[in-house]
Amino acid sequence: MSAPLLDIQGLRVEFGDTAAVRGASFTVSRGETHCVVGESGCGKSVSALAVMNLLARGARRSADRLVFAGQDLLALPERRMAELRGDRMAMIFQEPMTSLNPAYTVGSQMAEVYTRHRGGSRRAALDRAAGLLAKVGITAPGMRLGQFPHQLSGGLRQRVMIAMALMCDPELLIADEPTTALDVTVQAQILRLLAELQRDLGLAILLITHDLGIVARIAQRVSVMYAGEVVESAPTAALFADPSHPYTRGLLACVPVPGKVKREEALGSIPGVVPRIQPGFEGCAFRDRCAHAAPVCAGPVPRQRGEGAHEFLCRLPPGWTATERAA
Amino acid sequence: MSGAVVMPARRRVAWGKRAGLVIGGVIVGAVLLVAILAPWITPHDPFVQNLDNRLSVPFWMEGAKPGHLLGTDGLGRDYLSRLIYGARISMLIGLLTVVTSGLIGTTLGVLGGFFGGKVDDAVLFAITCRLAIPVVLVALAVVGLLGSSLTLVILVLGLLLWDRFAVVARSTTMQVRNLDYVSAAWAAGLSTPAILLKEILPNIASHLAVVATLEMALAILLEAALSFLGLGVPPPLPSWGLMIAEGKDYMFFSPWVIFIPGVALFILVFGINLLGDGLRDLLGAGDTR
Amino acid sequence: MLRFALRRLIVALLVALTVMVLSFMLTRLSGDLAISIAGASATQADVEIIRRAYGLDRPLVVQFLDWIGRAAMGDFGESFFFKARVADLIAERMPITLTLGLTGLAIALIVSIPLGMLAAVRENTWVDRLVQVIAMFGQAMPSFWLGLILMITLGLQLGWLPISGTGSWQHYVMPGIVLAFSAIPALTRLTRSGMIQALGSDYIRTARAKGLSRLSILGKHALRNAAIPVVSIAAVQLGFMLGGSIVIETVFALHGVGFLAWESISKNDFPVVQAVVLVLALIYIALTMAADLLNALLDPRLRSA
Repeated sequence: MSAPLLDIQGLRVEFGDTAAVRGASFTVSRGETHCVVGESGCGKSVSALAVMNLLARGARRSADRLVFAGQDLLALPERRMAELRGDRMAMIFQEPMTSLNPAYTVGSQMAEVYTRHRGGSRRAALDRAAGLLAKVGITAPGMRLGQFPHQLSGGLRQRVMIAMALMCDPELLIADEPTTALDVTVQAQILRLLAELQRDLGLAILLITHDLGIVARIAQRVSVMYAGEVVESAPTAALFADPSHPYTRGLLACVPVPGKVKREEALGSIPGVVPRIQPGFEGCAFRDRCAHAAPVCAGPVPRQRGEGAHEFLCRLPPGWTATERAA
Repeated sequence: MSGAVVMPARRRVAWGKRAGLVIGGVIVGAVLLVAILAPWITPHDPFVQNLDNRLSVPFWMEGAKPGHLLGTDGLGRDYLSRLIYGARISMLIGLLTVVTSGLIGTTLGVLGGFFGGKVDDAVLFAITCRLAIPVVLVALAVVGLLGSSLTLVILVLGLLLWDRFAVVARSTTMQVRNLDYVSAAWAAGLSTPAILLKEILPNIASHLAVVATLEMALAILLEAALSFLGLGVPPPLPSWGLMIAEGKDYMFFSPWVIFIPGVALFILVFGINLLGDGLRDLLGAGDTR
Repeated sequence: MLRFALRRLIVALLVALTVMVLSFMLTRLSGDLAISIAGASATQADVEIIRRAYGLDRPLVVQFLDWIGRAAMGDFGESFFFKARVADLIAERMPITLTLGLTGLAIALIVSIPLGMLAAVRENTWVDRLVQVIAMFGQAMPSFWLGLILMITLGLQLGWLPISGTGSWQHYVMPGIVLAFSAIPALTRLTRSGMIQALGSDYIRTARAKGLSRLSILGKHALRNAAIPVVSIAAVQLGFMLGGSIVIETVFALHGVGFLAWESISKNDFPVVQAVVLVLALIYIALTMAADLLNALLDPRLRSA
């Protein structure tokens, strides 16, 4: 197995005393779509921003290992990091309405990425931009290049953001909740587009979402985050078939599956709220909400490895779900 | 989370703002105290001339005469005493102008903001007209035509400086009008004047207090400018602006004659602005500039 | 857009008319103009002659209509002190005042935009705090006094700049600096708050995600959006500066419109006074309209609305 494109081990991000990410680890291979799921505030977006080194001033980032395409990102000065961003790793965001600069045309904003990283004439960059707009399914790309963001709908703006991210043929595309702000029908179109691009261009996609429906449709691999930690990571099919962390099981129970869930039956919910992680916190962060909690859960939690690269962070033995089902 | 993360982390500098409030308060309080106590603390009569003792230098220069801490002016009058009485004039002008312009501006702004529609259009029109009028020029012209006096300067500045009161009162009244407790007052059957006075006014008072400091500072500066141009407070009254005008003839040889009243003016206005800035943060009055 | 512009124009005309009435009333404040023109030593007969010569014996309404009728044609009457047409006097002095105003505005922008940007980039640090204190310094500085201090230091002691007059471009530097002081606080604060808002926005995050250089992020993406309100306020500030130039022109003996107004006020030359008030007000009205248009030109969202 070749080295992964993006290798994150023990990532920590702190804002003052509060740790938003506490030792998160996962990897993204070339050409795969890796979804990170979790509720809001679990640190998934912060992790994505940490990879790009786009965290706000005042945030502290550290990690045991943060490697992209063989380069140690931790050792890279900001100037070199900026050279990678937009060129070999690109990012799109949740808010297509505000993520484009209102004062410049679509064409100007797209072209500047290319001229910044690849040089060449503005004309050549605009030609490439027009081609990419067509590729992301925008009709009349020549006209769109001359338009301002406020003249486009939300779905179109997100397509522009995607096309802009692809200007320099990146190896990794980080998409932070790219469909959350969009209508359901547009959501489906954008997801289909991402899946196509991933297949056609051999792009690796790191997709941040809170929507398990999206995960089921698009991801090859899933990591579940809770309170700043990756609590479970597995190939998509394995995770849905055999969720091993109690939190993952709770999440899945919250999603209605037509045909499986009876009309009268109450949807699952997870009791309690995400705890505030104070400095010096130890043990499993989910234990207060967990039906399987035991005194040992206040101590160090083991990282366990099931079949087929299925990892989870819990004291319960692999395959405990099977015995529970049997009982 | 994703949106909030990119905002620059806000480090608190509350102590800086609080320090501004304290320093501003101390300066304004001190000047006010000096102004009130003027007759008892001045070492000399500020109007008595002594032509044998003209342009005596202040204490930090060589040859200073004892008894005249800040020296004497071109007519031999004690500079410290004139400076102290000047504080009276500045404070008087500042406070009375703010009362006049505050009454006019607040009334207009509250009416416009509360009733909206045609009333508001009229108020906005009045504000636009007022802003188009060059303040210094008109004030000078009025004083020039009617003859300079303290009352006239206060009246003219009061009639000219109400625009910011009106703008702020109007916008804050609009915000307050739509709040729940005002609706509740309506429902309780309170009359319109009662709602304006008891519900609206107390809730926009903090914003108006901040505007009042800004306008007071402006009025003091304008009075000084008018007096400097000879069309403000009439001599021999010791207005700081007038003192600078009188010192202008000697300024190349005795720069301290314009230096002292100018610094006094600057410190007072700076203190008032500091106070206003501190009040703005303390009262959470938002941006009223 | 056209509807908006039309409405704006009608309001501007109404404001202009109101200002005309006010500047006319202004000169009638003292009661009998003829007496103040004639001076203290004049006899009753002299006053009568002057009254008839200036048409002051007619009803006020007739005088007003006559005045605006002529003013609309560019005829503001005759100055009795300068013995010249008021329109010519103003036209002759206006270039000096405009030069001064534009110099002041240019200096103000050159100082306040970088200062405001610096404060925004270093928000809530001692640098930011320092910039705000500097802005407050500018606000508290009596302009005429600053002018005198500059004359003593830069002019007399260092000998770098001429002390007064209008002979060369150097003559405009000191008055320009003093005039700029009045606009710097507002423009600095506006640049700062605009930049802070822009820097916290999603499109700046996008610009960073695109790997753009710091220069491009600050100077292109953030500044363009922060500059929109600054530019329109700058136009309004120019209006205030022209109105306020009377003090500075007097201090530096720059024979512009402000100086003309001051001379006329001291000489009771009422045709000049009311004309200068009117012209400065009209310039202000025109500048605020220009500011609105400029705003629409700079902000693509307004342009197509």
